[in-house]
Amino acid sequence: MKAKVVAGTLRGERITKDFPGGTRALDGVTFSVDAGRVLTLLGPSGCGKSTLLRIVAGLETATAGSLTLDGESLTDVPAGRRDVGFVFQNYALYPHLSVERNLSLALETRKVPRGEISSRVGEVAKLLGIGKLLERRPRQLSGGEQQRVALGRALVRRPRIYLMDEPLSNLDALLREGMRSELRALFGRLGATVVYVTHDQGEALALSDEILLMKDGKALQSGPPLEIYRRPADVFAATFVGSPRMTIWRGVAESGTFEARGVRFLLPDGIDERELCVGIRPEDVETMADASDGSFEATVTLVEHAGDRDLVSFRAGEEILRALAPPRDWPQKVRVRVPREKLHVFSATTERRIDRPVR
Amino acid sequence: MKRLLPRAGLAFAVAALVAWSLAPAAWQVLTALKPDRDVVRVPTVYFPHPVTFKHVASLWERKPIGVYLANSAGIAGASTFLSILLAAPAASALGRAGERRRRVLLHGLLALTVFPPILLLYPLYQGVRVLGWLNHPLALVLPYAALSLPLSIWILERGFSQIPRAVEEAAALDGLGPARRVVLIQLPLAAPSLVTAAILVFIFSWNEFMLALTFMTRDARKTITAGIASVSGSSIFEIPWGQLSAAIVIATLPLVFLVLLFEKRIASGLTRGAIKG
Repeated sequence: MKAKVVAGTLRGERITKDFPGGTRALDGVTFSVDAGRVLTLLGPSGCGKSTLLRIVAGLETATAGSLTLDGESLTDVPAGRRDVGFVFQNYALYPHLSVERNLSLALETRKVPRGEISSRVGEVAKLLGIGKLLERRPRQLSGGEQQRVALGRALVRRPRIYLMDEPLSNLDALLREGMRSELRALFGRLGATVVYVTHDQGEALALSDEILLMKDGKALQSGPPLEIYRRPADVFAATFVGSPRMTIWRGVAESGTFEARGVRFLLPDGIDERELCVGIRPEDVETMADASDGSFEATVTLVEHAGDRDLVSFRAGEEILRALAPPRDWPQKVRVRVPREKLHVFSATTERRIDRPVR
Repeated sequence: MKRLLPRAGLAFAVAALVAWSLAPAAWQVLTALKPDRDVVRVPTVYFPHPVTFKHVASLWERKPIGVYLANSAGIAGASTFLSILLAAPAASALGRAGERRRRVLLHGLLALTVFPPILLLYPLYQGVRVLGWLNHPLALVLPYAALSLPLSIWILERGFSQIPRAVEEAAALDGLGPARRVVLIQLPLAAPSLVTAAILVFIFSWNEFMLALTFMTRDARKTITAGIASVSGSSIFEIPWGQLSAAIVIATLPLVFLVLLFEKRIASGLTRGAIKG
């Protein structure tokens, strides 16, 4: 597919969705995707990310808010007339039609000339490696193949925006990883604008240019994956993004020192609040032999091997800490240190981040 | 051992049910093949001896059975087509009408079927006369299609509702309008329901007697049911049982073949509606 895609720019302003019965699925979510960028809506199930995607597709109607594609309002445009390609979580292929017609149906209804239909279907089939499957019915395909057809059905239309609702979640782990890389490469090659929904933070980190982290129908934080990883805006974001999960300790600040249950270490400068939650990413934990500055003693309670790293669980005071460290024969007790500039500091009352960015 | 007894009981019950259902039909077949003197003999003669096709032959000679069958096939076929043609969009629209309206409309349709058709006979007759449709196939096709419409809509709506929502959404996103959605997606995916509805409407139209007898007065226009009614003896005191039985068998056989032909699909269509009731 040679750069014939006209990628669109999508904006949503304060989108709210109330379901009958009074459930508020979305509460004033604002977001935007620039042309050729990949935005991931990330969040736990029930956070409203799929609902938001379905509103963009026109499958649901927002209760309030505005939606524009390249500056034009989408509000009154029915699903079939929006220039969007949708990939369903369970593929939703037409079981009674051949792969070829699954791909071509959208073009047929849009009165694309027959010659162009077959050349476009051919192109997409080649791109996705499903050229040999065109005569088959969906039920004669493996899960991965069905997934490709579902993707192809969106691609043949050359829409301005691709919408993907957890497209990889029905694949087994191995296939999922392969498809993830393929998708990333495909998005780059097409220069397509993509809105991608997932609850898998790894997928979000791998695929996105931007992540919109959602919880309980609200946008929590948005930004490039690394920024969200490095400076999660609150305790939820901190624990949701990143695997293995960040450790969070509750405690109090006392003249620049943090004290949790039986552990003390130095805080970064400029922390005014007293009641704190401090987060430590497993990969930021350093272990050492001797008692150097700012270190504390920890007891090894569990070692899980993860290839070139060990995931080690420690007990420090009455707190639990998880760390990623190079494999070794673990003694029962070690000294542990976390550089204070790598700590994530949150207010214990609001759970919002309060440390200042490090230059 | 524990399970054997209930199984034997079940087998017996099934056999009894089959015998109960088939006995009248079998009796008709046997009577059709008996010589005249055995038909009414006391004590009853059960099996024809010798087997005779005399009744079939003389029936064919006396009455244009082939014409009746052709009329019935044409009228039942057209009624079925029309009924499905009207029911499919209705069922499709009902599926998107929202739960409350859908329920109200479906139950309204059900209520209509309770209305005894005999009450329609006189008004229909007036209408047919005014339109000059006596002895015209439309006089039967339109009422048959209309009377079977609630049934068709119910069965199709049931079938459509089994189609995964995402598939319909995919169709909407692919830009399919209501008509294409029905023809390209819903009917093919609800094929068992479609076949079930079509067969039931066809059987109803084929078997309908009252309207057919009233509106089709010319022999060449009669359907098979009306035609059979005109099989009579040489006097009003003589009833030609053999020929009547032969006529009934001839009228029923096409339906039997039809049902056998689509048996698999009907079965899955009926249970389909049953499971998620």
